[in-house]
Amino acid sequence: MPFYVLMLLIIEQILNGLQLGVTLFLMSAGLTLIFGIMQVINLAHGSFYMIGAYVGATVTARSGSFLLGLLAALPAAALVGMLVEAIVLRRLYKKDHVDQVLATFGLIMFFNELTRIIWGRQPLFMDVPAWLSGTVEIIPGIPYPSYRIAVIGVGLLVALFLYLMFAHTRIGMQIRAGASNREMAGALGINIKLIYTLVFGLGTLLAGLAGMMAGPILAVEAGMGESILILTFVVIVIGGIGSVRGAFVGALLVGMVDTLGRAFMPTFFRLFLPTAHADGVAASIASMSIYILMAIILVWRPKGLLPAHA
Amino acid sequence: MKKLFMLLVLFVLLLPSATWATKPVKIGMVTTLSTKAGYLGEEVRDGFKLAIAQEGGKLGGVPVELLVEDDGRDPGKAKQIADRFMKRDDVKIMTGLIFSNVAIAVIPKVVRSEVLYISPNAGPSALAGKGCNKNYFNVAYQNDNLDEVVGKYVNDAGFKNVYLLAPNYPAGKDHLAGFKRYYKGAIAGEVYTKLGQSDYAPEIAALRAAKPDGVFFFLPGGMGINFIKQFSQAGLNKTIPVFGPAFSFDERLLGAVGAAALGVKNGSQWTHDLDVPANRQFVAAFREAYGRTPTLYASQGYDAARLIGSALKSVEGDVSKLDALRAALRKADFESVRGDFAFAANQHPVQNLYIREVVEDGAGGYTNKTLKTVFTAHSNAYVDACKMD
Repeated sequence: MPFYVLMLLIIEQILNGLQLGVTLFLMSAGLTLIFGIMQVINLAHGSFYMIGAYVGATVTARSGSFLLGLLAALPAAALVGMLVEAIVLRRLYKKDHVDQVLATFGLIMFFNELTRIIWGRQPLFMDVPAWLSGTVEIIPGIPYPSYRIAVIGVGLLVALFLYLMFAHTRIGMQIRAGASNREMAGALGINIKLIYTLVFGLGTLLAGLAGMMAGPILAVEAGMGESILILTFVVIVIGGIGSVRGAFVGALLVGMVDTLGRAFMPTFFRLFLPTAHADGVAASIASMSIYILMAIILVWRPKGLLPAHA
Repeated sequence: MKKLFMLLVLFVLLLPSATWATKPVKIGMVTTLSTKAGYLGEEVRDGFKLAIAQEGGKLGGVPVELLVEDDGRDPGKAKQIADRFMKRDDVKIMTGLIFSNVAIAVIPKVVRSEVLYISPNAGPSALAGKGCNKNYFNVAYQNDNLDEVVGKYVNDAGFKNVYLLAPNYPAGKDHLAGFKRYYKGAIAGEVYTKLGQSDYAPEIAALRAAKPDGVFFFLPGGMGINFIKQFSQAGLNKTIPVFGPAFSFDERLLGAVGAAALGVKNGSQWTHDLDVPANRQFVAAFREAYGRTPTLYASQGYDAARLIGSALKSVEGDVSKLDALRAALRKADFESVRGDFAFAANQHPVQNLYIREVVEDGAGGYTNKTLKTVFTAHSNAYVDACKMD
């Protein structure tokens, strides 16, 4: 492969990694807050991703407008999230982590079955909006899908918005206070209960946004949230529990390592192994790469890269 | 007189129950109805049930009772259900398994217990070659068949440099091996992805860089939907033709893929447009009963039921005559919706295999159209390895 072709390929794969990273960030920003502030292990976070995708796909199909779908998906995910917080999770704050895992795992099954009852077993169809359906040559020689560029753009905007909110608004400060010491924050007159519900709503809204944006790229089907949930937990652990900045760094790191590992590991192993063998080894190592990354980071920094309670 | 009349009435009342007392033959169906892949079991079950309903609760003139259980795609659970069917319900005929890994776990024990198993879908090589058994029949296909037909077609069409893609698990490697059995050109790349992977952007970028003249992929279920959508979003569907076995292009998946699948050529042993009387009748009846176009899985379920019916008829419903029942199954004396159908020595189908193309169905949806008969009376690669006693 000529050198400049390899360079173009590397740039394209970095874009792919960036896109996976920002999707993971949308998921993990919410989950890390819930984890950090409420001390609740919420396995059902992937369900809100799924709800976002399902509601978005349905409304988009009915109305023909992607933006309307987005406008419906976000409040739907946030609303269901706040309802779940009020009905189920509120009873779990004082309970053991095992109880929380059991209950939220039950929620996963509940939501998966519910979507099958409402929408059936058949995956839903959702297309890229017409105005984003083409490809763009950001750098000459790499036609890249415009939709994926839009996903990267939205993810970075959300990151900026969250940064401004946490650093420069009153509610952001209250949430941060709650994350570092909730008893003290409560003693200072912050309505922790309200903050909990708001944070949960914000987290599930972001998950819904991630699901809606994944809809045109992935199959919209029951259980779609579980595959991304595992990566999300890896991101949170790497970034440091409760830290949105950590989630951002962790998400980009995981996105890059996973993508570049899958893309270039086979080429690397082919240098010193026969092709068929190299592909097998590379496929196995590539799927382990993010867990190896997690292990290394935990040895180096047991609390994650940017822990909230540092 | 009155007493005699009463006795007569009693006799008449008892009579039907006396003649109908021959219990219906129980057929045990262990299939996958839950999980994402649950629609596959649904299709097989609905096809099977249609055949029973058309005969008014009978198969081959013999009353049957269909016991259906969901295995949740879990080999352990499937084994338990099969055990229960055999021990508690005394089932002598079983069918229904969808997934090859589940089939490999369940079938050897079932057939060793002198129970007949008729596979309506899974056809792993392990059960076609050395592991074949006189009590095991596959009415659908040997797994490699649908790849072999695509390999042959791609080879004959003059493709010289094809890129291969499959999940990194045993079935993925089997399917690519099936393709390579008849494709003789160069291989631009052979990539095994994570099972259940959702984003294929890195693989697609590498694929573009390899500049193949065609792509063959085996990615069942949601993985295939994801790949095809992303492949078309990257603008590659206009320049690189895509091929695959029918599994990613059944009518229920096409609805979720949309226009991105348009023009894709895929290999199958059956399509709803096959011009065979039994098939025209089946497709019309299925649409009327369920309000949707049957997929290949439904046709397999229907054929499984009719094959069982033909065998039950020959023994007049007496399932204790195992040898006669088995011999009757082997004859495959039923009208398959696929037209000509026979069993090879390892009791897997000898049948035609087709290439079909994804087209618009004229009602805003997408469907398959048979394009070409690639193999006539095609058997499978494992016949010689099968030593049946």
